[in-house]
Amino acid sequence: MTKTITDVVCPFCGTLCDDLEVVVSDDGKKLLEVYNACAIGAEKFLHSQAKDRITRPRMRQEDGSWKEISYDEAADYTARMLADAKKPLMYGWSSTNCEAQSVGSEIGEAVGAVMDNTATVCHGTSLIAVQDIGIPSCTLGEVKNRADRILFWGCNPAHAHPRHMSRYSIFPRGFFTGKGHTGRKVIVVDPRVTDTARVADVHLQIEQGHDYELLDALRVAFKGEQLPDVVAGIPKAKIYEVAETLKSGRFAIIFFGMGVTQSIGKNHNIDAAIAVTRDLNEYTKAAIMPMRGHYNVTGSGQVWGWQFGFPFAVDLSRGFARYNPGETTSNDLLRRDEVDAVFVLGSDPGAHFPFSSVRKIYDLPSVAVEPHETPTTEICKVHVPVAFVGVEVGGCAYRMDNVPIETRKVVDAPEGMMTDEEFLKSVLMRVREIKGV
Amino acid sequence: MAIRVNLITGRTIQQGVSMEAGKEKPAYTTACGIIELDPADFKKLGAFRNTNVRVTSNYGSVIVKAVEATQGPHPGVAYIPMGPWANMIVNPNTYSTGMPTFKGTPVEVEVAKSEPVLGSLELVRKGCRGELA
Repeated sequence: MTKTITDVVCPFCGTLCDDLEVVVSDDGKKLLEVYNACAIGAEKFLHSQAKDRITRPRMRQEDGSWKEISYDEAADYTARMLADAKKPLMYGWSSTNCEAQSVGSEIGEAVGAVMDNTATVCHGTSLIAVQDIGIPSCTLGEVKNRADRILFWGCNPAHAHPRHMSRYSIFPRGFFTGKGHTGRKVIVVDPRVTDTARVADVHLQIEQGHDYELLDALRVAFKGEQLPDVVAGIPKAKIYEVAETLKSGRFAIIFFGMGVTQSIGKNHNIDAAIAVTRDLNEYTKAAIMPMRGHYNVTGSGQVWGWQFGFPFAVDLSRGFARYNPGETTSNDLLRRDEVDAVFVLGSDPGAHFPFSSVRKIYDLPSVAVEPHETPTTEICKVHVPVAFVGVEVGGCAYRMDNVPIETRKVVDAPEGMMTDEEFLKSVLMRVREIKGV
Repeated sequence: MAIRVNLITGRTIQQGVSMEAGKEKPAYTTACGIIELDPADFKKLGAFRNTNVRVTSNYGSVIVKAVEATQGPHPGVAYIPMGPWANMIVNPNTYSTGMPTFKGTPVEVEVAKSEPVLGSLELVRKGCRGELA
């Protein structure tokens, strides 16, 4: 007999869908089926069952081969590496629960590390913009129940947040949005005709990297002032039309993604997008929300926010928390040779950092805590496989709208495997022994 | 014949699925070791679909397979899904924001029929050891 577990939370993207159903074997050891999840979420659950999964820590030998080591040895190596380093980088923290993030912070404080999360290559610039001018935001529940003007700027939820559109933004029928998608106007701004753009009412195919100009043009159009004939490749008539569409709604929501945070202009693009939202509130209700990628990158910002006062790029090396994006951010530190050890948990900088940074990690003492085999584990000296959070262990995660949701354990991890939190606790204990604190 | 295009990167659902299934597997290379080009740019390049090409920027160079844009048309813009292949050539400068400039790197694309597209682990390993051409 199999068992069906309902209301399972998906640990892939920041949408944190909480309506999955997972079928497990009677003894709770095997995961058999996943229902309601998107293709990526389902694959994440199913991959935990892979036969070739690595279940014990391993250390790279001189000849390039791996040698299996125990969790105790791995914790000891990690603790020594961090304690010996003058300024270690502790990066990642987005694919794990808040409980593990919190233990990680204690280690960071004890060894004087720089703590950085994946926001540094994702929505870090959004966080800078929020510190610049604040953010009028809302929850996804409000979007579902109230929003009738949906603007996706530089994001492609059809690929990156596959169930976002059906659960919250375009299709659902909410309390004041009973007509579903027919009652909503959807606008997409993207340099490509993305699959999201194909379901939109209006697509502005912007010239790549000219987001700031178009955002400013919208502010001009709201006020009915004169625009040049073409802005960022978009004819002015179209800009006036979109401005009018946004103003005429009862509740407008702007979702934005990597198209604005990673293009030239960076945080200034987000400043402009938030200013558009603020201006729009002169005419109707409007809110703006970043499309967070990792399922708990928001939680990492929350945990550090309450512990250190800063959401990413926290430098603890002087004994107190400093924050200065451009100086205390991972890629800048690595490229300038300012760190002397790298600890990675719940992220894959080997695949997702520019190669000039990856190469620096290869040259340094390094530990990767990661359930999968990845380019990061390939270049690190020690690889510590752990249980999948949200599949084999529960814990708190924050959705993209800053709503905390408790993820659920659905199957047991392979025998003898540790969780992130357990491994970090053993590292913390060793660090304290070494430091004598 | 080489062409110049503006490179952007980002997620595709195939990238997401193959990433979760294991970055060491061939499916990840199939999903991310590609460059999506507009039909007009293919014409300028003078190459068939599914030809291996060398993509070069001021920051590096990588071999990927050229495929037709799935979310086009976008003439003059090329797309490599996020991953180690794209990261060989993106602009790593953060301009004091911490954020590398993953979108908007000018690149040159030229046909490199006989050169292989490496798997993710091999690409990163060889790159770190300085074994890439």
